Amino acid sequence: MTRTVLSLRDISVSYGKAEAVRNVSLDISAGSIVTVIGANGAGKSTLLNAAMGVVRGEGRIQFDGADCSDEPVETRVMAGMSLVPERRELFSTMSVEDNLTLGAFRAKVTRGEKADRLARIYDRFKRLGERRHQLAGTLSGGERQMLAMGRALMIEPKLLMLDEPSLGLAPLIVKDIFRIIVELRSTGVSILLVEQNARAALEVADYAYVMETGSVTLEGRAADLIHDRRVVASYLGLREAVPA
Amino acid sequence: MDGTIALMLVQDGVTTGAIYALLALAIVLVFTVTRIIFVPQGEFISFGALTLSQLQQGTAPSIVWLLVGFGGLAAIFELVEALRHRRFSAVPRILGWNVGLPVLLAFLAIWLAPLKLGLGVEIVLSLALVAPLGPYLYRIVFQPLAESSVLVLLIAAMAVHVALTGFGLLFFGAEGSRTEAFSDAMFNVGPAMITGQSIAVVAVSFVLMLGLYLIFERTMIGKALRATAVNRLGARLVGISTSLSGRTVFLIAALLGGLSGILIGPLTTVYYDTGFLIGLKGFVAAIIGGLISYPIAAVAAILIGILESISSFWASAFKEVIVFTAIIPFLIWRSLRAGPAEDEE
Repeated sequence: MTRTVLSLRDISVSYGKAEAVRNVSLDISAGSIVTVIGANGAGKSTLLNAAMGVVRGEGRIQFDGADCSDEPVETRVMAGMSLVPERRELFSTMSVEDNLTLGAFRAKVTRGEKADRLARIYDRFKRLGERRHQLAGTLSGGERQMLAMGRALMIEPKLLMLDEPSLGLAPLIVKDIFRIIVELRSTGVSILLVEQNARAALEVADYAYVMETGSVTLEGRAADLIHDRRVVASYLGLREAVPA
Repeated sequence: MDGTIALMLVQDGVTTGAIYALLALAIVLVFTVTRIIFVPQGEFISFGALTLSQLQQGTAPSIVWLLVGFGGLAAIFELVEALRHRRFSAVPRILGWNVGLPVLLAFLAIWLAPLKLGLGVEIVLSLALVAPLGPYLYRIVFQPLAESSVLVLLIAAMAVHVALTGFGLLFFGAEGSRTEAFSDAMFNVGPAMITGQSIAVVAVSFVLMLGLYLIFERTMIGKALRATAVNRLGARLVGISTSLSGRTVFLIAALLGGLSGILIGPLTTVYYDTGFLIGLKGFVAAIIGGLISYPIAAVAAILIGILESISSFWASAFKEVIVFTAIIPFLIWRSLRAGPAEDEE
């Protein structure tokens, strides 16, 4: 049986009286890509933020065998969780290289190891290497997404959580990003991918959850869900719906 | 006003301006990283100057009681949180930083004060006694409010200012004091006579600003503070905790405040509440820099020093009025330039 990296149990998050996430449970096994798809406002991002500790909610969060429900964000980062948020949240007035270096702020490694990590990121994202001295705020949308992913990878996380990595990007760049996501899985990183682009997400994922108005309404192997009638009808477009 | 007087006024202005610049930098730093408008900055000036003055007189500095008290309070806050999360391994560190350190510093100060070991030691000791108050204050008052609005933080900062002024009166008394000059040297440069004191103040300020610049450009903790100022959520996501950056900037601010007090001590008589007015002038400069620009704030601080010095010559009764009126055109200019205020995260 494969090891579970992240396990969310009965997570609920409310903003005032509005309940954004309601009793969601989710598991990610080591080295797999798990995707959460759903419409805008279904609570996907809130779920990620709760897993990272950016927002507080109810329920238990187990990461890598330890309960981290009450731990602050920095402890989760040190334990090996990393989140690339939807708005990227880069340090816009600092250079690409400074952004990446800060990604390893909590890494307890030598200076040489940090330099090696930086080199590996530049190797994976060639454009970042070319623009290492440029300010993050001057990058294009695709480059920003790459920088946000690179920054999150500098800590060498066990689990990388990506919130809408394809949002607002040109199709070619989206393809590139998804190729990198698959590459990352092969290096042993587990990935939790939140996407509105359901087709792209289901094509790369091993397992998938569908969220509607704060709850998980459907889950299963991604390869099965991509043919599920309800998923096809709601998220992949009607033309592919199998006639009943 | 002839040339000699003008040069003398400018020299005076640049000297005090350099001190205002340090204060302005501290205020900008605290605001950008924590969103706190650091009103109590001025109290650290008084504490720094009065502590040095007591040490120069060979008496045990009263600030040690405040230090031990604040440390103890901070320890209680930390311990409660640690025990609630069952982090028992953190207890020795908490007690060491919040109880051990202030008690050790207090003993050191009480023991060393009568020995009168000279200006250098006394300055270092004064700073060592004043600086930890910053992080303790952050822990006690601001860390529990870290996610509050700017307005709530400002109200808390006002309350801290009032409380610290009260503590100042309680511990230092109503008497003012003036510390000994760092240097009696005089240099004739053309028609002007430049005092060693002025050179010392300007040089120390300049070196400090350069040091701060290097910290922010070259060191990891400096970059982390800049990152927090640029994007708080981004900073949290790479593991820079709000409390770590908060305590660090409060340490820097307290250090800069205490040092400003030590620099200004020989120039004017400092009372327990003098710091507030001096701090306000640093605040004016910080506002001119929009609370975000270090270079504009620093230049504005020097200009405020010169303006103050010239107005004290021409219309000394209106000195403060003129200085504080100078902020109005900048506020109008800034509000015309800026769009509608955006809500913060």
